[in-house]
Amino acid sequence: MKRTPVYGLMAEFDSAQSLVDAAHKTHAAGYQKIDAYSPFPIEGLAEAIGFTRNRVPLVVLIGGLVGGLSGYLMQYWISAVSYPINVGGKPPHSWPAFIVVTFEMTILFAGLSAVFGMLALNGLPMPYHPVFNVPRFAFATKDRFFLIVFSSDPKYDASETRRFLESVGGRFISEVPS
Amino acid sequence: MSDEPVAIRSDRAPVIEPGHTFATVTDKISSIVLTRPTSTGWLVGFGISFLLTMMMLYAIGYLFVRGIGIWGVTIPIGWGFAIVNFVWWIGIGHAGTLISAILLLLRQSWRNSINRFAEAMTLFAVSCAGVFPLIHVGRPWLAYWLFPYPNTMNYWPQFRSPLVWDVFAVSTYATISLVFWFIGLIPDLATLRDRSENHWARIIYGMLAMGWRGSARHWHRYETAYLLLAGLATPLVLSVHTVVSFDFAIGIVPGWHTTIFPPYFVAGAIYSGFAMVLMLAIPIRKFYGLEDFITERHLQNSAKVMLATGLIVGYGYIMEAFMGWYSGNRYEAFTLWNRLHGPYAFWYYMLLTCNLVIPQLLWIRKLRTSPVALFLLSAVILVGMWLERFIIVVVSLSRDFQNSSWGMYYPTRWDWMTFIGTIGMFLAAMFLFCRILPMISIFEMRTLLPEAEVKE
Repeated sequence: MKRTPVYGLMAEFDSAQSLVDAAHKTHAAGYQKIDAYSPFPIEGLAEAIGFTRNRVPLVVLIGGLVGGLSGYLMQYWISAVSYPINVGGKPPHSWPAFIVVTFEMTILFAGLSAVFGMLALNGLPMPYHPVFNVPRFAFATKDRFFLIVFSSDPKYDASETRRFLESVGGRFISEVPS
Repeated sequence: MSDEPVAIRSDRAPVIEPGHTFATVTDKISSIVLTRPTSTGWLVGFGISFLLTMMMLYAIGYLFVRGIGIWGVTIPIGWGFAIVNFVWWIGIGHAGTLISAILLLLRQSWRNSINRFAEAMTLFAVSCAGVFPLIHVGRPWLAYWLFPYPNTMNYWPQFRSPLVWDVFAVSTYATISLVFWFIGLIPDLATLRDRSENHWARIIYGMLAMGWRGSARHWHRYETAYLLLAGLATPLVLSVHTVVSFDFAIGIVPGWHTTIFPPYFVAGAIYSGFAMVLMLAIPIRKFYGLEDFITERHLQNSAKVMLATGLIVGYGYIMEAFMGWYSGNRYEAFTLWNRLHGPYAFWYYMLLTCNLVIPQLLWIRKLRTSPVALFLLSAVILVGMWLERFIIVVVSLSRDFQNSSWGMYYPTRWDWMTFIGTIGMFLAAMFLFCRILPMISIFEMRTLLPEAEVKE
């Protein structure tokens, strides 16, 4: 990836409402590569910046299916193929007895897929990120809200974008060094 | 997490006392970890629980040297304290998952201020529970034989046994509880990273936060993952105590072989779990001045859950007794008679008093809002639920089908040391947790504030 000296322009907002409004306006103005930061999840903010492809549910579904299938097949293979022993006269492939472990394995794999899938799709862990270079960004985990337009955006223009962010109510607009 | 505003009805205490902002909520909770000096009370409390943990390790060390002959377990009572304590602890853990997962799905936003430490409680209770089966297997260094793994003995676990189901259920539960708790912590760890003055604390919290920066994309995936985890943890938590009850219900011992066990065990688990939540929440909110966040509303709601689950448990007792009589099975009938008149009758009546009679005081509104009364009632319920497991395990085994195989169970000092030691371990872990991690979910508390509302 080509490294540009400037990562983007970041604007600060005082409230969740003003961030969502600004995000809507910025997206509507044609900026594609933007992101918003908030100290808590805000409903509708992801949609406002044009993020719609959330693949976490798919990852979890696949994880659950893999877990359930492998759990059942493992028990089948162990109890009916590899090590068939007579327990209380039950058939080697006594499927009702296998349901519990199948269920637990489904939950285990689906749950771990949810966690690791979410982290992987989010690109975490990521020890360094340019946004942390902005001193005021430390308040993004307290009570401030931020919007960034990345310099990779085709519409990005240092002075034009700065004026635009000011017009939607952004404060402390600063260039983010990469 | 909650997108509707907090309902502040005049007849109900609020979830957060009015007047708080994002900043005050953040400061208040994070300062407990970051700036508040370690108090003498904390040191004394932690010291005592640490000593109790050492006592447990001593008892377990001696157990490893001498074998389980040092315990009171003998045939016919081969299960004794180890299984009683295992079931008791794992049941306590259930309230944490109920609060964090089920109440999340039911959009009970009041749970946001108690879910974090309730989840921590789950984790530590499951750890305590896990100790017992491990040391009870006799040769604990071979405990990994419980898991299916390819080995030169050409041996595999026997999947028709509820004990193997239990291995899977409990280890899955422990794993999912851990990741659920950790995922919930990530945004708050980022807050601590950004607010800590101490260099090392910043590095450690920073590594744990994994570079969380609160991006809208991240929050979106995060919320999806969190919600799905809650959806997965909900059937999981119900399954865990169900599987634990299968350990008994699949067996043919009179008093165990009943179909009512799964729901009755789950209700009992939540009953004892909420009692533990209250026993922890009441002192914590007092000593750390968190009455603004853990309000009367939380105490009331927890008390109501205890009352409801307590009544389900009571129904279980009544049904057990009824079926003992109605089934016409002489062994079941004898089990009932033995509970009422046998050598352990005193403890059965104690159990009924602790679990069924005294908790009816919770019908009184005044007691539901009094922290002291709730603390005491919770202690009574925890004792009662422990006695319930004792009655189930010991009384049934002590007098089964043949009177030639009857016997009595006398726990030894090693049994008591191990049991009390796990309470110490649990409390020591809770003390450490309160000191180094935010015990209330900061970001979820922010969502409860009126200023978090956004109109499209």
